Amino acid sequence: MKDVDKSFRKDTETEIPLREELQPRTVTAPDGQKIEIDPLQDYFCQEPPKVHKQSYLKIVEDFYNWARANSLWILGFGTGCGAIEMRPLMTPRFDAYRYGIQWRPTPRQANLLVISGYLSVKTLKRAIRAYEQMPSPKYVMGLGSCTINGGMYWDSYNTIKKLDEYLPVDLYIAGCMPRPEALLAGFMELKKKIRKGEGEGANKYAENFDWYKANQKSVIKDWDMPDYNW
Amino acid sequence: MTFEWIQIAYAALTLFIVINYGLIMTAVVRKIGARVGGRYGIPVWQNYIDLVKNFALRSKISHGVMFYLGPVFRLTGGIGLLLFVPTIYGSVMFQNFSFAGDLILALYFIFFGTLGMALGAGESGHPLAAIGVSRGLAQVTAAELPLALAVFAISLQYQTLNITEIVAAQQGSIFNWTLFTNPVATVAAMFAFVGTMMRSPFDVVIAPQEIPIGPPTEYHSAYLALMQTNRVLFPVAKVVIYMNLFFGGATNWAEFSIKVFSIYMVSVLIGVVHPRFRVEQSIRFFLKWGLPVGVLAILMV
Repeated sequence: MKDVDKSFRKDTETEIPLREELQPRTVTAPDGQKIEIDPLQDYFCQEPPKVHKQSYLKIVEDFYNWARANSLWILGFGTGCGAIEMRPLMTPRFDAYRYGIQWRPTPRQANLLVISGYLSVKTLKRAIRAYEQMPSPKYVMGLGSCTINGGMYWDSYNTIKKLDEYLPVDLYIAGCMPRPEALLAGFMELKKKIRKGEGEGANKYAENFDWYKANQKSVIKDWDMPDYNW
Repeated sequence: MTFEWIQIAYAALTLFIVINYGLIMTAVVRKIGARVGGRYGIPVWQNYIDLVKNFALRSKISHGVMFYLGPVFRLTGGIGLLLFVPTIYGSVMFQNFSFAGDLILALYFIFFGTLGMALGAGESGHPLAAIGVSRGLAQVTAAELPLALAVFAISLQYQTLNITEIVAAQQGSIFNWTLFTNPVATVAAMFAFVGTMMRSPFDVVIAPQEIPIGPPTEYHSAYLALMQTNRVLFPVAKVVIYMNLFFGGATNWAEFSIKVFSIYMVSVLIGVVHPRFRVEQSIRFFLKWGLPVGVLAILMV
């Protein structure tokens, strides 16, 4: 079943107006100077993502991949019920820190985006923005069956079904919900992939940028951000 | 101060030793914290991996010249602080560039990094970074007051502004340390110490649970790696100053590592038993408790 069909969102023809704070406007400064402000142009960099080359030497790239695999910084961003399964990983019972896994509060410092459960269209927008702000190479992990085929939300009017169509997913963890042990096993799998040099999701995203954008825009109707937000 | 070219090599060696010491010590402290909490904790070499990882990231975004210079200034503050005070007392190799008035310069360098960070984080354009920086500057300023007063007190006590002479005056016996000859000044300075170590209860500025995550919000990849280097270097450099001023300095690296670790653990131990202060609470705390002790220290000398 595709995400976009007639029943997905009724009335797709009406244009949704831009939010007030995003509309272009002229502001008068205290000294009388007039300033043109277009928030979508001024506050974001619109440059499309680049494909980043690997290091010239394979041994250097292997060393980097080893470091990347052993220092996974997860963005503290929970989408669905799966976010509750990530918290026990910080506790003495599971203790993910011993594998070099840490949580970072800002996308600029994170390497791994865990989509932890169902993604409503509204959250997808935030997930895309968070993903695009992360520095490359970056990895995405889909947690739970909701990210694979919609899971129990397969016929929901407002939830996406295949995460892979919107963001380049490196690894899925099946289950509803997967337990923290499954998450840890998933992290270990992801580490192996990164060390083999297969964690090139960011480059895949850049190469197929148009396809991803078309998919994203087909479900997000109130697209009030630039195509690529750094 | 006489300058010889070999001093540059010695200074680089000091820097190398201190950065590695800091990388391992901060990891060990985190590991101890984890063990106390019943966790296994990070590997002790995790800081190195994080550094390599951050340098290995492929995309870097700059928001302008000052954004780039922010971490550089911060690191300059840390290195300057370390290199202009004698790291090992009596050692030709690790005396570095200490000179007659280095105490004043050290006071300045403690503040230098924060100011550089303020400019850099300001240019990142992120509102949370700007809020974090203004909070940080307010808190560090309040925390510096007792330190400045304590430094005046001991420079009056020893009649010098030269750290090497202050260390020399404390040699011989443990009871010659400023800790015992001038306990009030030491207490005043320790207020500033726990206040500027960026640990609980005074870590609201960079705490991820508050405004994420303060000044470094926009910093990533190599910029962040520079700041990480400074985050391990700066506390050690600051502890070196305290060690020289109040705890008798160090005459060899073994003494250095034991003393630095113990003094660092003071802030850690205070941190684990106290919840986080809000900025206005910590400023009030320093003005109400730290400042009077500092004034008392001056009056007693």
